[in-house]
Amino acid sequence: MIFEPEWECMPRDELKALQFFRLKKQIRRVYENVEPYRKKMDEAGIKPEDIKSLEDVRHLPFTTKDDFRENYPYGLFAVPMEKIVRIHSSSGTTGKPTVVGYTKRDLDTWSSLTARVLAAGGVKAKDVVQIAFGYGLFTGGFGLHYGVEKIGASVIPVSSGQTKRQLMIMKDYGTTAIVCTPSYALHIAEVMEETGISPDELSLRVGLFGAEPWTESMRQEIEKRLGIDATDNYGLSEVMGPGVSGECIEAKSGLHVFEDHFLVEVINPETGEVLPEGEWGELVITTLTKEGLPLIRYRTRDITKLYYEECPCGRTFIKMTKPSGRTDDMIIVRGVNIFPSQVEEALLEIEGVAPHFQIVIDRKGYLDELEVWVEASEKLFFDSMRKQKELLDRITEHLSQALGVKVAVKLVEPKTLERTTGKAKRVIDKRDLPKYVPSKYLEEK
Amino acid sequence: MKVEQISVFLENKAGRLAEVAKILGENGINIRALSLADTTDFGILRLIVDDRAKAKEVLKQAGFTVGITEVIAVEVDDQPGGLAKVLTTLADNGLNVEYMYAFVEKSRDKAVLIFKFENLDKAIDVLTKAGITILPGEKVYNL
Ligand SMILES: [Zn+2]
Repeated sequence: MIFEPEWECMPRDELKALQFFRLKKQIRRVYENVEPYRKKMDEAGIKPEDIKSLEDVRHLPFTTKDDFRENYPYGLFAVPMEKIVRIHSSSGTTGKPTVVGYTKRDLDTWSSLTARVLAAGGVKAKDVVQIAFGYGLFTGGFGLHYGVEKIGASVIPVSSGQTKRQLMIMKDYGTTAIVCTPSYALHIAEVMEETGISPDELSLRVGLFGAEPWTESMRQEIEKRLGIDATDNYGLSEVMGPGVSGECIEAKSGLHVFEDHFLVEVINPETGEVLPEGEWGELVITTLTKEGLPLIRYRTRDITKLYYEECPCGRTFIKMTKPSGRTDDMIIVRGVNIFPSQVEEALLEIEGVAPHFQIVIDRKGYLDELEVWVEASEKLFFDSMRKQKELLDRITEHLSQALGVKVAVKLVEPKTLERTTGKAKRVIDKRDLPKYVPSKYLEEK
Repeated sequence: MKVEQISVFLENKAGRLAEVAKILGENGINIRALSLADTTDFGILRLIVDDRAKAKEVLKQAGFTVGITEVIAVEVDDQPGGLAKVLTTLADNGLNVEYMYAFVEKSRDKAVLIFKFENLDKAIDVLTKAGITILPGEKVYNL
């Protein structure tokens, strides 16, 4: 089913005309209302009226996570606070999170876009949809929640965790669609096997997975073990949350980008140069309709490729492949974004020292486990076992709080942590995740 | 009356304790007493050695995290009741032992108890008044 065929199946030339019209309007709005954008454009010597075609977008300066940090918390908002009706946030590269705001109309758009994702993934009005994404500041839970309601399906807002309870609800309430991270879906399958629940006892039909990278083989495994059709969807809270792109159940070959609301480019992350369709690079997004927090050429740091093909589903939107890596050091653990710099900062807050540390991520069963190995330097070493354990507990508690995900802290001897030319290797990821697919110039690096 | 003890942070991995002993041995440092407190993940090795400064230096050079802590050494007769008297005195005076370990002086039929207290000075005072022998550092290092 297509939720908004009048938009999703637009002829490409009409779509381009619509994008250009909306882009011009958006640029004028941010130039007039958002000082940091005006400053950047003035510095680059470009005025709103210089944008004479869709391609001219490439002359505009990029927006990055640093812009969020410098304008924390509300400096990038384009409307007065009384127009903002919802705030969400995500992790920043350092202690300060990235804050995003939505107007009433933004929320209406957002719910339509997640409704599109759900419909593309096979959800219909008669479905019972269980959302096992976290609710709260994270955009995953609330984002898809309102999409389900908009479709007219029934939403069960279970939120994340408590797998046995999730299964009890799935069984008793007749859940037909599940929304969560792909690794959590496999964890559910594992618990089902342990507790002797077969897929036949459930009514599950489809699953919509996102918030972390996954592979084609994971899709096949999820589909087989849960007996469902599994589709991917993508979004990031800076841009809006889930609902930027979603896979159709008919093709399951790439995510349709909702181009009437987002203008997408792929660039060479080293040079900033725009790459032709079909080449791998960093995804850059310009929001075309957002009121509260419009973004111009936001660098997502996600590596993907854009390509157009006629799709059996009938949508005319361009497709992006599953993001296959990052241009920065961000890692995603259980759907939560983590930067090594956050760990460093949190450790610094504890004893006034930034000890050497290493982040070790492994997938035990199907759940990610995050360990932080901290060198027991003299400042972190006590002769008393009680004090040593207290310190360990304090570090564990503080890191878990700061990162928003449970962390196991291990104290290690100074020389244990791998160093390359004196610099510590910060992250060891043992999970079998999509490997970075390099484009030509990235290979040269 | 205080004794300086070397503490070493150890990961619970095979061979780490042996590594410490080897380094000290190669540098001609004698271990007088040793105790290991451990959890499943890590341990704290406590050592009384003849040359603390050198021990600290060579262990640090080998990449270990090393600390020096003050403890006290109490000498008791190596016979039944020797330890009980000391512990009763401490309990009667409300002194909490953070940890302790013991070794025997072969030559003199005496046992040496190493104690760590939060308040060492008070402990020294209490034990001295009870007529219990506290060994000075120099004596312990060279037992
Ligand atoms: Zn399609």
